[in-house]
Amino acid sequence: MTEATAADLKLIVFQLKDKEYAIPVSQVRSIEKVEHITRVPGTAGFVKGVINLRGVVTPIISLRSRFNLEEAEYSDYTRVIIAALDDMEVGLIVDSANDVIDVHHESVEPPPEVVGAEEADFIKGVTKADKRLMILIDLEKVLNPVEQEILNGTAGM
Amino acid sequence: MEMNQYLEVFIEESKEHLQACNEQLLELEKNPEDIKIVNEIFRSAHTLKGMSATMGYEDLANLTHQMENVLDAIRNQKIKVNAEILDVVFLAVDDLEAMVLSIAEGGDGKRDVSAAVSKLKLIEKGQSPIQFETKTETAAALAGPSPAMKSTYDEFEWTVIQQSKEQGFETYEITIALRGDCLLKAARVYMVFEVLEKIGEVIKSTPSVEQLEEEQFDQEFSVTIVTHEPKEDVEQKLLKVSEVEKAKVSSLLLEELRQHEQETETEAVSSSSEAETLLAENQPKHEKKAQAAKQTSNKTIRVNIERLDILMNLFEELVIDRGRLEQISRELNNQELHETVEHMSRISGDLQNIILNMRMVPIETVFNRFPRMVRQLARDLNKKINLEIIGADTELDRTVIDEIGDPLVHLIRNALDHGVETPEVRKANGKNEEGNVILKAYHSGNHVFIEIADDGSGINKEKVISKAIKKGIITEQTASVLSDKQAYDLIFASGFSTAEKISDVSGRGVGLDVVKNTIESLGGSVTIDSKVGQGSIFSIQLPLTLSIISVMLVEIEEEKYAIPLSSIIETAIIKKGDIMRAHNQKVIDFRGKVVPLLSLKDIFDIPSDQQESEFLSVVIVRKGDKMAGLVVDSFIGQQEVVLKSLGNYLTNVFAISGATILGDGQVALIADCNALIK
Repeated sequence: MTEATAADLKLIVFQLKDKEYAIPVSQVRSIEKVEHITRVPGTAGFVKGVINLRGVVTPIISLRSRFNLEEAEYSDYTRVIIAALDDMEVGLIVDSANDVIDVHHESVEPPPEVVGAEEADFIKGVTKADKRLMILIDLEKVLNPVEQEILNGTAGM
Repeated sequence: MEMNQYLEVFIEESKEHLQACNEQLLELEKNPEDIKIVNEIFRSAHTLKGMSATMGYEDLANLTHQMENVLDAIRNQKIKVNAEILDVVFLAVDDLEAMVLSIAEGGDGKRDVSAAVSKLKLIEKGQSPIQFETKTETAAALAGPSPAMKSTYDEFEWTVIQQSKEQGFETYEITIALRGDCLLKAARVYMVFEVLEKIGEVIKSTPSVEQLEEEQFDQEFSVTIVTHEPKEDVEQKLLKVSEVEKAKVSSLLLEELRQHEQETETEAVSSSSEAETLLAENQPKHEKKAQAAKQTSNKTIRVNIERLDILMNLFEELVIDRGRLEQISRELNNQELHETVEHMSRISGDLQNIILNMRMVPIETVFNRFPRMVRQLARDLNKKINLEIIGADTELDRTVIDEIGDPLVHLIRNALDHGVETPEVRKANGKNEEGNVILKAYHSGNHVFIEIADDGSGINKEKVISKAIKKGIITEQTASVLSDKQAYDLIFASGFSTAEKISDVSGRGVGLDVVKNTIESLGGSVTIDSKVGQGSIFSIQLPLTLSIISVMLVEIEEEKYAIPLSSIIETAIIKKGDIMRAHNQKVIDFRGKVVPLLSLKDIFDIPSDQQESEFLSVVIVRKGDKMAGLVVDSFIGQQEVVLKSLGNYLTNVFAISGATILGDGQVALIADCNALIK
């Protein structure tokens, strides 16, 4: 019984800087190429603006700057992962999105306390597959609206 | 349970028919002689009766049936229309409306309609010339459904009538009244039938023969026969039967028959339901027929507004792709591609117009309930009021229409209650006793204006101010500098009521501030103009639609912003030298007014390395009476855009009210001038 449910965890793997991250497929609507982003003034620095996603105005945030990594130029590999949480849809800019993998639930371990990196706050756990280490991000924390409001207030710097 | 799928249609159509009844009744009040109008009402009532009987709403069918009888009597000129009769019919329509409403809200549509029914019966019997001297009161006091006085014919009977007519027979409809103290009614009925069968053929009786034999009728019944005998002879022969008080023989005219022919189908529905035992499975078929007949007359279909929204969203995507295609075709410079794309652009432009228009509804749908309301209010208030409606065909977006009803009701009630004076006062002031209230709607630019004008007493500025001071809304200091308009606006303040005594009609002054709020939440505004002794005008300005707005596109560096045209006064180009400073704030002199200058570049943190040029492009915007000049780099032009929200993630972005997608697929933000001007 555990096997049946465990095998169901499908992850989308993407890259930021030199690390691999993962987000459950269930939270992803689509993956897009970067197109023209309209800057929205007065928002937090990691909010890059909004795009037109097939007629829907969708906000875009840069995961690099959300995780306090240095920004990078967009390349041919840069992708926008359209993630959905409740009734929110937000695009996440990542360096590349290369894979979909299946993992077992029990292979997800809590984040090692020694990571100490800035993104630690947004990590749900880590998982290993084919000798690759992937960091499972916590979308709820990434899109935390409370923090968003605070950032809104101090934004525009 | 199977009826559930029809319920929505039933409710919608019932509402429509009731509305039609209301409108036509008002019409009838103005032209009591016009039989055409009565026919219209009759038709509506009739369809309603059929529908409600099919759906199993007995009370509804019952009352409609009774109303129909009265209408029928009016139609056949047995009763003359007067205000009392109309009052009762209106009352009945009110009851019907209440029942339909209860059904719509999930109730069972039951209601005690005996009051209305007995009143209708009184009219029908008491004043019908057929039986002037019978004991109408006692008869009318009897509750329960009474038989239709006018016989209705099914297809078979109708064919018989038609054929006998062709063979030179006369068709008579005979109404026979027995004496009130008649004891053996069944026996008399038998005798009457015997007489009739000697002279011709009985093709129909109302109530049915069985019912008559069981004495299930009051004093009166009607029979239809075909015969060669002249009218007078038939009548004489019938009167010979003892205890027959009255026998009225009227020939069934061809015209009337035709009328019946038109109505046969719907009639079948109702009569079958009355007979109760009649086949339930036949009814849906009949109903369908009736509906089919109705749809050919107005040729509309109902579409859920959600579907229109989806259609619009899809279309917007198409527009974006169109923009891309245009761009690609320009780059490729292929003549054929170019032509095709151009053609497609034209077609999609037309399509856009149609889609936007589909969401537009004439304001009539809101206005049409007012005549009735005004009539009732005028009677309640003992005032004479003539309501004039102008421009009911003015179209507005459906979403606006849905919201505007209540505020308008409030303003009209206000005009009737506080505006128009009583006939005595009006006479004393040398005015016509009848007050006029004009409800007017018209388009102007991208707005719809709705005006409610009355020729009443107008607003007494002093009274308003003193009241406002008393209520603590303003101080005496501010009161002294108020302009007329500002003073009038005070009546929109919450907790304000100028009526000396609180009336049921326009409430306790909780209304007008709600009116103002509702209108403003729709992106509109309301202003008052008034002259003491001559009346007031409440003027509402509304955007045509909430989803599509006209904007001025401006460019600042690389970024494009949209400024709603509704808040723009004008655009100007000013010299740098004309900028003055006041309290650390850049200002300009604009047509004699000092207008603060705001740089959108600063407000929106637009990255720039460019030096300011010698000339500045300025958009003068306003919020209420206040103005501001927004400095931009250049004007792109005016455009209709679809308003989109920024989504749930980005909420409360300062000075941005939303976004829109431009022709090239890019997103442009819409500046919120209300936030820019404090």
